[in-house]
Amino acid sequence: MAIPTVMGTEIEYGIIVKNDPEFDPISSCVLLVNAYREDPEGRILWDYDQENPLADARGFQVDGEKYTPNQQENIARNKTLINGARYYVDHAHPEYSSPEVTNARDLVIHEKAGERILEVSRREANVLLPEGATMLLHKNNSDQKGNSYGCHENYLMDRRTSFKRIVENLLPFFVTRQIYCGSGKVGSENRNQPCDFQISQRADFFETEVALDTMVKRPIINTRDEPHADREKYRRLHMIVGDSNMSEYTIYLRNGVTAILLSMIEDGAIDRDLSLMNPVRAIKEVSHDPSLSLEMQLDNGKRMTAIEIQNEFLDMALTYAAKNSLDAVSMDVLEKWQYVMQRLADNPMDLSREIDWVAKKHILDGFIERKELEWDDSRVKMLDLQYHDTRPDKGLYYMLERQNRVERICSDDEINAAAHRPPEDTRAYFRGECLRRYPGEVFGVNWDSISFAVGEEPVRRIMMNEPLKGSRTYVEELLDKSESASELLANMG
Amino acid sequence: MARFIKGAKSGSRDQSQDSGAIWMAASSEQKQKSKGGDEGSSDESSEGSQKMAKKGEELKEDMDSLMEEIDSVLEENAEEFVKNYVQRGGE
Repeated sequence: MAIPTVMGTEIEYGIIVKNDPEFDPISSCVLLVNAYREDPEGRILWDYDQENPLADARGFQVDGEKYTPNQQENIARNKTLINGARYYVDHAHPEYSSPEVTNARDLVIHEKAGERILEVSRREANVLLPEGATMLLHKNNSDQKGNSYGCHENYLMDRRTSFKRIVENLLPFFVTRQIYCGSGKVGSENRNQPCDFQISQRADFFETEVALDTMVKRPIINTRDEPHADREKYRRLHMIVGDSNMSEYTIYLRNGVTAILLSMIEDGAIDRDLSLMNPVRAIKEVSHDPSLSLEMQLDNGKRMTAIEIQNEFLDMALTYAAKNSLDAVSMDVLEKWQYVMQRLADNPMDLSREIDWVAKKHILDGFIERKELEWDDSRVKMLDLQYHDTRPDKGLYYMLERQNRVERICSDDEINAAAHRPPEDTRAYFRGECLRRYPGEVFGVNWDSISFAVGEEPVRRIMMNEPLKGSRTYVEELLDKSESASELLANMG
Repeated sequence: MARFIKGAKSGSRDQSQDSGAIWMAASSEQKQKSKGGDEGSSDESSEGSQKMAKKGEELKEDMDSLMEEIDSVLEENAEEFVKNYVQRGGE
């Protein structure tokens, strides 16, 4: 029996300051993250003791130096928010890691809340910039010049499930998932075949099938084995293959369908071998073929299109849903996946309301035709970037949303509430509520721990190894009767 | 092949357009009618072609209004912006 779904996303944003010859991405990120001040004291540390990014899911530890900043740098680079998210500086990008959620709808709400939090801090940061300079943020994955930054999906999985089986089942799924998860991109990068437009922002950057790296020689399946939970029971699948999406519908499918697939893998419900002869080549070829007509070579000698491979997964998912009782959101995801697969087979361009790459291509096709431009015109590349701009008045995706040209999954009210409120059904609730109720007494935070510094007492760390505990049902009463962190610790015994 | 669930549809949920304090929606708010649902089929070919022509006209008008809006938001100095848009690799 598959374990319950727990998931989240980590999104790195592009950052640039216009009209600033001195622009430095790292200091701009620090300015941005610190411009968002929901904690007036701003002294809470990120607890690096709990991190181990060098553990490999294939069962070994990689040599390397673990990054641990000093206290001042730690505070300057990390903000843990009362909605349970982490907002921080990762290398030269601002990054938003959503709180843990249990379903794709909540994932959309919290990922979208992240966009708004970054936009609010961008406005605050802009006030502090020299006159004429403007900071801009883009929820994209490439600068069109060969530099990429990620959208990482995290899914809790049962550790008893063989990692080898996960890899075998997921490779053909991830190579073809982009036909309804891609964000679209003008041109190609990283020494790949030239093209006018491709489906995915990220596909050009994958160079190997399975590895621990995320910054060089990127793998389709990442092997980081850092569960942020009880490692005897769980693994956290850290997937780096996806695009950052703007469309709520696309995000919903990206995480919702993948979560269903992972439950099926845990339950051994993938019973067809769809192994590809060359997944690394195929992921790029699929991306470079918006007509979706390309056939890939399978290990078994067959040739199939991305649509055919996804329909095989869909078919297995429908059988799985008929035999198992799936929750309402999963059933809705399944229904939308079916709808999208039908439309992709008929005419992909009919999905401009649902799927990012189609919405973007629809705009660009129209623009190129009206203006009689070529695909490599800088105005076309500009529109590609601007689709991901976080400014509501300039971002092309938000323009489509404002004009009711895209399907929504949730409401603006839900998104705005999620900027200040954690999900109630995971440990993010305990994390967020402790930060809201006892800000002066929280010393440090990580996904699976929170520590308190009360008076002269030694710092006390509370472990949260079970992602579904710490939910409102479990801890609200305890929090309500604890006026301070000191009382909370006493009440916890 | 997949056994499709009957009546699979795009289906959007309740869409509250209210904006909270955190999100200042752009002032030039224009709500437009979305494109219609699936077009029905007709046995009459002339009626069918009329419908097609009407649909084509609607799509053209829709694209015209979309392009107008894009012209109004497109970043100035696109060439310079695109040239200077350089990010460090991340992750």
